Amino acid sequence: MRRTGAQIVWEMLAREGVEVVFGMPGGAILDTYHCLQDYNIRHVLVRHEQGAAHAADGYARASGRVGVAIATSGPGATNLVTGIATAMMDSSPIVCITGQTATHLIGSDAFQEADVTGITLPITKHNYLVTDVDDLAGIIHEAFYIARSGRPGPVLIDLPKDVQQAETDFAPPEGEVRLPGYQPTHRLDAEQIRRAAELVNSAERPVILAGHGVLMSGTAHLVRQLAERMEAVVSVTLLGKGAFPHAHPLSLGMMGMHGEACANQAIQEADLLLALGMRFDDRVTGTTERYAPNARKVHVDADAAELNKIVPTDVAILGDLRDVLGELLALVQPAGRGQWLEQVGVWRRQGRARDVLAGPQNGHLLAPRVIDSLREETQGDAIVVADVGQHQMWTALYYELDCPNALITSGGLGTMGFALPAAIGAQIAQPGKEVWAIAGDGGFQMTLQELGTLIQEGLPVKIALINNSYLGMVRQWQEMFYDGRYESTYLVNPDFVRLAEAYGIPARRVRDPGDVSAAIASARREPGPALIEFEVAREGEEGNVYPIVPPGAALHQMILRPEPRVRLAGTLEA
Amino acid sequence: MTRTLIALVEDKPGVLARVAGLLRRRAFNIESLTVGRTQEPGISHMTIVVDSDQTSAQKVAQHLNKLINVIGVEDVSDHPIVARNLTLIKVRVNGGSRAEVMQIVETFRGRVVDVGLDSLMIEATGTEDKVEGLVQVLETFGIVEMVRGGRVAMVRGGQP
Repeated sequence: MRRTGAQIVWEMLAREGVEVVFGMPGGAILDTYHCLQDYNIRHVLVRHEQGAAHAADGYARASGRVGVAIATSGPGATNLVTGIATAMMDSSPIVCITGQTATHLIGSDAFQEADVTGITLPITKHNYLVTDVDDLAGIIHEAFYIARSGRPGPVLIDLPKDVQQAETDFAPPEGEVRLPGYQPTHRLDAEQIRRAAELVNSAERPVILAGHGVLMSGTAHLVRQLAERMEAVVSVTLLGKGAFPHAHPLSLGMMGMHGEACANQAIQEADLLLALGMRFDDRVTGTTERYAPNARKVHVDADAAELNKIVPTDVAILGDLRDVLGELLALVQPAGRGQWLEQVGVWRRQGRARDVLAGPQNGHLLAPRVIDSLREETQGDAIVVADVGQHQMWTALYYELDCPNALITSGGLGTMGFALPAAIGAQIAQPGKEVWAIAGDGGFQMTLQELGTLIQEGLPVKIALINNSYLGMVRQWQEMFYDGRYESTYLVNPDFVRLAEAYGIPARRVRDPGDVSAAIASARREPGPALIEFEVAREGEEGNVYPIVPPGAALHQMILRPEPRVRLAGTLEA
Repeated sequence: MTRTLIALVEDKPGVLARVAGLLRRRAFNIESLTVGRTQEPGISHMTIVVDSDQTSAQKVAQHLNKLINVIGVEDVSDHPIVARNLTLIKVRVNGGSRAEVMQIVETFRGRVVDVGLDSLMIEATGTEDKVEGLVQVLETFGIVEMVRGGRVAMVRGGQP
């Protein structure tokens, strides 16, 4: 079969099972776009290439399949960079295809030329510059294999214009990809598993830490079996939310800088940490010098480079969680750890008493209550895509999840502007599901142009805009750790309701706590997209995320929400 | 402290940039890095000397292993290895000192590879200590120009 490079791109994408790509055309990728109509692949036209990368990422996270973004050379490709780095940090499988100047012009500073393989070298799992059309089919096949296997990640293919135009005899690559330097599966070390089981069986105060790897390997049910058998309490990372049912009596909730107090206390007092598919991010550990000082550590991960990277372990197990948990379950003895559970129960009750939901209503609209109402109205059954900042932490804390893969957020890179485009990708991956983008006023304005994509594609994504007129998390740090000096965090904002309406998106503003549920219910009744702007408390106790572990402190040194002030004889006690 | 890593890599464009870039990103100072072909077509051998302790070197070896084009990498610092260095030295000489310099070079098992009117070019191979010893002696005659190659290393014994 004679095919051009451009045709091979679509032939190969179709063979890899791709149904949708996110992108924007431009000069150096025009030849590829020119033949798109001949193939049965949906193209979602974004308003900025960053949106394409985030949408592909959101699509990948919501579907478990590889997401695809496509852009032109130079600025098109550099606009992808933030999205690629986001996918890299959160191990999200995406393939990005970028146009490039013709091969004879590469290196000559031609129009819209940028060294995209050079720029993306440290933020991709692998990348390619295709110089010969005969290599193209094999490279695309390899790229998809690398993106989804082992610890997944982004792969970029840079495709010069003349390679897109060149013709060749197309023979689709057959069989498995074999790369001499890439071994995504590992043989388990039985001795390490035996040692891990020994530590588990002899532990008195065990805590299981469940991360993103649990969700990616589809092993939440095995984690639950293990926890129940060993009577271990379970804490989840931000990206591991849903890896263990929140309502389960052994659940501690999220760990880390803004984790549940009882989770952080349990970790610091534990005599065994069993870390599953997580990487001890600094937002999870606080200072590593005083992290879980009394605990033996067993760490299971699919990436050898993560073992002993941050926290020295007693037992490190390299492998897929599905295999490891299977083996481990066979060796772990059922045990009762009543005393430990009782202690954790005390911490949990103390935490609940301090919680904002337990505090008095004073007519102010508090973001945690908004998230709580959203969970109640959606019965926790929506896919929630959170942006980055305070509302993200409130979403993690108050949108309680009992099932896997329901929260999508930028954890590692912390990319503001992620939510809206990622929600677009998630909605396309799961057309039957309710998808909510939750964003702050700062992050929303970084990618709000994708409202155009939303209406062009007719997607029913709902948007909860948590507006406090600040870059809220930065403001909170300035309030708490920088002498209360607010520098460059106050935002003069547009009228978000009229802005949404200009796009034809029904929108309303909520200021009164009493209107929250009705507004959410009415947005849910909209067949298309809808936006609700919640004007929430801006600063102080009511505007801050608690608990918070101060930078450089140990987990147990977290700052808790101040005790609720008690209402006496109709006045607030000072 | 320096550690020596040996990496076998695919002979493809950009592999050196990937390896060097990763070392830079993880904040490693490269003392030397040499690349050359091996007996197998398509596979190159890298000897990387980094300024690092054992723990960090092992971590960076794991990260290098993740690069798709890196077939294998090992910290061989604690293995029995043969490590060699090639240095070219141009020394100023005159009628009186020429014979003396040649004798010193002989003692260090170096070779004179070019003779000029007022200079000699010397090729010295061996361990870095040995080459360093020769350099120090030659400095007294006046070194006009010197280029030191990077370390190349191989593990002793029958295994590859």
